[in-house]
Amino acid sequence: MALPKGLDPASAYRTMVRMRLVEEALTQAWADGLVPGEYHSGIGEEGINAGILAHLSGRDSMALDHRNTSPLVGRGTDITKIMLEVLGSEEGLNLGKAGHMHLMDPELPAASDGIVGASGPLAVGAAVANQRLNPGRVAVAFHGEAAMNQGMLMESYNLAVAWGLPVIFVCKDNKWSITTYSAEVTGGDLTDRAKAFGLRVRRASGDRVEDVYAAAGDLIRRARSGAGPGFLHVSCHRPAGHFEGDPIVRLLKNPRGQAAEWGPSIADSVRAQGGGSRSERAAALTDLTKRGARAARDYTLRSRMDPIRRGRRLLDPASADRIEAMEAAEVETAITVAREAVDQRATFGATGGGAR
Amino acid sequence: MTIMEYGQAVDFAVGEAMAEDDRVVTWGEDVKLIHRDLLVRFGPERVRDTPISESAFLYAGIGAAMAGLRPVVEIMLIDFLPVAWSGIVNAASKFRDFSGGRWEIPLVVRAGCGGWYTDGGQHEQVLWGQLAAYPNINVVCPSTPADAAGLMLTAVETDEVVVFLEHQLLSEQWIDYLAGGSRSTVDFDRLIPADGAQGEVPLPLERVPLGRAAVRREGSDVALISLGVGVHRCIEAAQVLGGSGIDASVLDLRSVSPLDRDAVVDQVRKTRRVVVVDEDYVRGGLTGEIAAVLLEADVAAAYARVAVEGTIPFAPHLEYAALPNVERIVAAAAGLE
Repeated sequence: MALPKGLDPASAYRTMVRMRLVEEALTQAWADGLVPGEYHSGIGEEGINAGILAHLSGRDSMALDHRNTSPLVGRGTDITKIMLEVLGSEEGLNLGKAGHMHLMDPELPAASDGIVGASGPLAVGAAVANQRLNPGRVAVAFHGEAAMNQGMLMESYNLAVAWGLPVIFVCKDNKWSITTYSAEVTGGDLTDRAKAFGLRVRRASGDRVEDVYAAAGDLIRRARSGAGPGFLHVSCHRPAGHFEGDPIVRLLKNPRGQAAEWGPSIADSVRAQGGGSRSERAAALTDLTKRGARAARDYTLRSRMDPIRRGRRLLDPASADRIEAMEAAEVETAITVAREAVDQRATFGATGGGAR
Repeated sequence: MTIMEYGQAVDFAVGEAMAEDDRVVTWGEDVKLIHRDLLVRFGPERVRDTPISESAFLYAGIGAAMAGLRPVVEIMLIDFLPVAWSGIVNAASKFRDFSGGRWEIPLVVRAGCGGWYTDGGQHEQVLWGQLAAYPNINVVCPSTPADAAGLMLTAVETDEVVVFLEHQLLSEQWIDYLAGGSRSTVDFDRLIPADGAQGEVPLPLERVPLGRAAVRREGSDVALISLGVGVHRCIEAAQVLGGSGIDASVLDLRSVSPLDRDAVVDQVRKTRRVVVVDEDYVRGGLTGEIAAVLLEADVAAAYARVAVEGTIPFAPHLEYAALPNVERIVAAAAGLE
């Protein structure tokens, strides 16, 4: 397709590359034991984030979910501060009090919430405030398709329409609810659902930043002018699974190792006395196998649907090379600072407290 | 006797209860994968994945319990239960009384709780003090695999509502899932109490009654009272205190509601000094409740509490300082007159 008016492909590509490099630096730090707890990366969502962020300016509000690093990076939050926070340093963006699931940047403003669906009501509230205090500003809620089964998000759709709010709900559909296949636990079609609330609905492919940019632009312009809220459905893939160390991804990467870990107790349980009939047990095994097969299919698809690879084709190779080199240097500097800030600790810094 | 891990012991007890009674079913987010051993034994009708819809699937558990099933509803982490709070506060807590005692609600709400593995302020709370405030809600948190299995069996078999809290630091399932325990680059050995994460479980399972505390260590100078991981922190603190000539007892409450008032009073009558160690918030919770129990029983004692004062910070060293660690317990006990 022809590039949509207003989109600067070099700028969009730079944003996506920066997001990807920061995420890669953080997932590597996680693997190296430097990021405590969980880490939900936004790898695979760069096209969505960059396509939407290109329309935001001034103090438009963002309400983010558990994959919040990339939108903050794209919006210009200091990447060293983000990295320090995620690695658990007091020098971090939120003084070490938040961690990656709860990054907050009041300057943007952007707030993250690890409770699924919570970005909806947060954005609705920001939109009410914007409507009264700062007309012309919009609020954007980022959420997954799984969040659309959460009551508070559906209530937010209704509230947004009932009050005619300048808010856009961005549904990043990666087809998985944590490690459950969303279609297995979801009724109906999601865009039909959003339409039924009275939201203006658009769809886009998350692997094509220009597609997201065009669809989002329509909704954001409309909301900004006071004509009401919108819903953008965007497809995407999550190559690393729900979070780093996702058991299904481990199964795909190392089937033999994971089978050795899970196999014996599954075999014992299938044979255990008392319980379901033979056909119920067979249905359960089919269920598990199907989950693995679906994950494998999505896992394969992601390399073809990589928003960065597709975004690169929008500019000439030499410019792309230059952008990649510049961003890589900046990200490398930042992650070096963050790693040095925490690398002296043992067991995440705790000095005692537990049976040895 | 057999050796089990903590999470394995919980699932084993659920499995025994399901094998015994067809009315026992379980549902929650990702349960088919997380509790795959139950899935392949009992089939996808009795072990169900839910959408991320806590308020509906928790409340549905109440409806199902009133209609003849005995559901074990899993709210992945107790931090997510507030999304469904009305089900606890306005329904599970109330309906037996509203029915004049004729309608029992045999429901288990199963959830991970607790911190020490650095997962931030929305994934490490325990909330047991608030849960215990509501009528007809039993709240338990085991500190060993034997108690985990024994309390779960009791929870499924009773006709009452039980919130069953699995401490995430003790559960191999949650450490793997939430703490990235599969990484060879992390080491939780210094944080995870070995006796809590793995231990002997009697076979056939022995039921642990609700509201019965267990004395984990006898001592005459000060009583340390806790539950969950706190019990292990108290045992370690008692060893440290022993080095300076202070003889501490350790009481494992096991249930926050009902609270074993007799056990609390017995311990503190002997020691006349008490430290309540609580991974919950300091205000409006268990620590104040223990003080009230002692006052009501007319037991005069020097009292201190070690609990969580504010939002649990993410950074590991800040988190450690905010939780009831051994150093804080020792200082509180040593500071009592």
